[in-house]
Amino acid sequence: MILSLISLAALMLGGVLVVLTKGAPVWSARAGVASAVAGCVCGCIAGFQALVGGRTESLEIPWSVPGGALHLALDPLSAVFLIPITGLGALCAIYGAAYFQGHRDAKGVALSWFHYNLLVASMIGVVLARNALLFLVAWETMALASFFLVSFEHGKATVRTAGWIYLIACHLGTAFLLALFAILGERAGSLDFAAMAQSGAALPASVSRWAFVLALLGFGTKAGYIPVHVWLPEAHPAAPSHVSALMSGVMIKTGIYGLLRMLACLGAPAPWWGWCLLGTGLVSGILGVLFALAQHDIKRLLAYHSVENIGIITIGLGVGCIGLSYGAQGVAVLGFAGALLHVLNHAVFKGLLFLGAGAVLHGAGTGDIDHLGGLLKRMPVTGVTFLIGSAAICGLPPLNGFVSEFLIYLGAFQGVASSPGVVVAACVAAIAGLALIGGLAAACFTKAFGVIFLGEPRSEHAVHPHPASRGMRVPMLALAAVCVLIGLSAPVVAPGLANAVAGAMNTPPGAARAGLNAAVSPLAWVVGVSAAGLALILVLAALRKRLLAARTVGAAGTWDCGYVRPTARMQYTASSFAQPVLDVFPLARGTRYRQVQPAGVLPAPVSFSTETKDLFRNRFYEPFFKRTAEVLSWFRRAQHGRVQLYVLYLALALIVLLVFGLK
Amino acid sequence: MNVLSLTTLLLPFVCAPALLGIINKTKAFFAGRKGVPVLQAYFELWKLLHKGAVYSRTTTWVFRAGPMIGLACVMLAAALAPFGGVRSAIAFPCDLILFAYLFGVMRFVTVLAALDTGSSFEGMGASREVAFSALAEPALLVGLAAVARLTGSCSLSDMFQGLSLGTYLHAGPVLVLVGGALLIVFLTENARIPVDDPNTHLELTMIHEVMVLDHSGPDFAFILYGAALKLWVLGSLLIHVVAPVRTGHAGLDIAAALCAMAGLGVLVGIIESCMARLRLVRVPRLLMGAVVLSALAFVLLLR
Repeated sequence: MILSLISLAALMLGGVLVVLTKGAPVWSARAGVASAVAGCVCGCIAGFQALVGGRTESLEIPWSVPGGALHLALDPLSAVFLIPITGLGALCAIYGAAYFQGHRDAKGVALSWFHYNLLVASMIGVVLARNALLFLVAWETMALASFFLVSFEHGKATVRTAGWIYLIACHLGTAFLLALFAILGERAGSLDFAAMAQSGAALPASVSRWAFVLALLGFGTKAGYIPVHVWLPEAHPAAPSHVSALMSGVMIKTGIYGLLRMLACLGAPAPWWGWCLLGTGLVSGILGVLFALAQHDIKRLLAYHSVENIGIITIGLGVGCIGLSYGAQGVAVLGFAGALLHVLNHAVFKGLLFLGAGAVLHGAGTGDIDHLGGLLKRMPVTGVTFLIGSAAICGLPPLNGFVSEFLIYLGAFQGVASSPGVVVAACVAAIAGLALIGGLAAACFTKAFGVIFLGEPRSEHAVHPHPASRGMRVPMLALAAVCVLIGLSAPVVAPGLANAVAGAMNTPPGAARAGLNAAVSPLAWVVGVSAAGLALILVLAALRKRLLAARTVGAAGTWDCGYVRPTARMQYTASSFAQPVLDVFPLARGTRYRQVQPAGVLPAPVSFSTETKDLFRNRFYEPFFKRTAEVLSWFRRAQHGRVQLYVLYLALALIVLLVFGLK
Repeated sequence: MNVLSLTTLLLPFVCAPALLGIINKTKAFFAGRKGVPVLQAYFELWKLLHKGAVYSRTTTWVFRAGPMIGLACVMLAAALAPFGGVRSAIAFPCDLILFAYLFGVMRFVTVLAALDTGSSFEGMGASREVAFSALAEPALLVGLAAVARLTGSCSLSDMFQGLSLGTYLHAGPVLVLVGGALLIVFLTENARIPVDDPNTHLELTMIHEVMVLDHSGPDFAFILYGAALKLWVLGSLLIHVVAPVRTGHAGLDIAAALCAMAGLGVLVGIIESCMARLRLVRVPRLLMGAVVLSALAFVLLLR
């Protein structure tokens, strides 16, 4: 607990220091980065101690705010979220310092570190808070700090729009949470989470039903479930890349954390909650990856992929909840464990991919995939780390993404092989969904990596990019190493989650430990097979080298079917690559094609372009808000800006109230 | 690991290229030709291993690593797949997930190697490959999940040991439906008619062949051998579901499985002689059909 308090203090003091020294922006920024790294390292150590030790440490200080208490606690469930928040927080700070090097708006950069420190501190606050009021304060601070970071380049109109959409979405989400805490707090007689959890077991179904729906909507907005995901593809591309990495990697996970924390306060889960989570997960996962496939902007693509991964996490939670409500303990443990490990894993590889995208953006000056190409030769470190991140996010062995998906599969297959009918149906849905998502993710990331880093440059941007500086390379290399490390140490990592899984399931750790020990042997086999695979690749490489040693190895142009004037613009692009997949799923096809066809004997210049806007934003939110604005504009008649009239309104209101009171 | 496991482990590595020969002989028979020798694939591998190589100037190490990683993956998958009722060399709970994902890795590196050449033909093939395999994946896993439900275990070795011809008596329709789904997956993943035509000469219509246009020499040998192994391994999955012969004598079981593999080769040859390739826009419907067959098998198990 002490360490996590030191971490919070370091972050906040650093933030204050940034503001105090803003006259000297360079030093101010350095202070911000240093304090962010120091605070994060302390927090990360605290997180590991709590996760491995399995103890809960808490701190309670009276607070003069009605209903509030400064009640902080660090238990293994919080630790699973604290570790990626602080780990990625430190690496993104180091990266950010290099990313902003030589930025023309030095003062703005310095101030952004204040918001950065505040964002990390408030995320730590969210996972430590044990009082609803304190939680909401941290939650709102998180929303505001990230809003300011998103609108860092507020000179651009698109960034301002993104910022506004984000702010509105955040507050709509919080409105659901206010209602949720009001209901639960009224039942428990206190806003303390412990009291809520105690009264949770006795909640009547009519109350817990609504509380679950409110939690799903409120936290789901932050997590980015479809259809409340619309802020994600706007806000992530607008923010500076290290902030996108932090927001996508860990901030949206606070939604998952909140959902898990509240599930523990609602008593035993009803069967339909599990189905609801599974359904939400499947929809978010499949539609998320399909929308991602249709994008040409690298950061927008990654943002939609966060929706997909949140979907995978929620599929795990759904399998877990269904296992819990039908008494299939082993299935439940593996579902929750897979979900929690995917929280950690997604932070690592999505952080890595966003940092890589930032390096590309910084180096080539454009994030449009169709204008890039051939960057692997020109930015080797960025390329290799982006490749590792891509393979990990597709869930390919032996990397970390495979381990968490494997745990969910393991739970689902266990359910299929030996459970009653209803659980089996859920498990098959999860298996089919994960398989489809995996295949589509592979399509999406072969597209992203292949078009950006392989082939020939498609425009001037990609011909002479400046390579990433050392400050940017080190965090990317570190994250890539973690991807490999978690993948290869899976048999150790999985049982380490037992305490956190028990916390999420609200059961004693014994059952979770037993369930996860069953996964150790398959995971050890997976690692063994992976090691054998690496050895096999080395043998084949040696064989190939020997075979080619005394022979002629020529170099030529790519086979072009005899065409004499090939150009780089003839290569397959991101849009053409994704087209066959998107054609299969008409549901997700909101793509608009614009083309000028060649005509006549000597055709004029022709063009072709595609654009895929968000289906939900276009078809639902925009019409909805437009209509709302129309209805509400009626009230404008009462607003003239004349003070006398406003005084009249006040007087009238007072008189009405007086009459009402006298009655 | 006993002698039997070792034998079944080595079988695919030795016999896989011959399966291609059986398919080609069948096709030649239907066309009234004499056809190439059954061992032609071995001769070609030998020839390619003795050649030099030419690389495109556009390519990077990704292009060179692709064939090696792909071959290593399919070799591991071969070690995971049981044969003739004998436990495979590597068997553990849920090994079928690793089995499916190893093919995922193979596809990932093959597609990247294709995109590394910067050729629009290879991009075209890569794009089709990922589109079709994304649909084949659920069909494969749901089909295997149905077998897992039927046998109450989720390791490939236990699953196939749990099946026998007697299973047809109480769960015949399930085996037939899963077999149908697996046949479609088998034809898709191995780029055979009706999804892809291995004999086509027009780059625009190819899927798998066009992705490997630029590979030559030992690299291409690795790719051909990997493709033969993949044909064998996925084929063995199919024949174990459809024809689970268990006599109680391991040698006879293996012999029966070998006959079934040869039969599968003839069946593929007949399919390729009797029908043309589907139009590309129709292929997803075929794959959806495979998913539906798998799901239907499951519904039959749940009733």
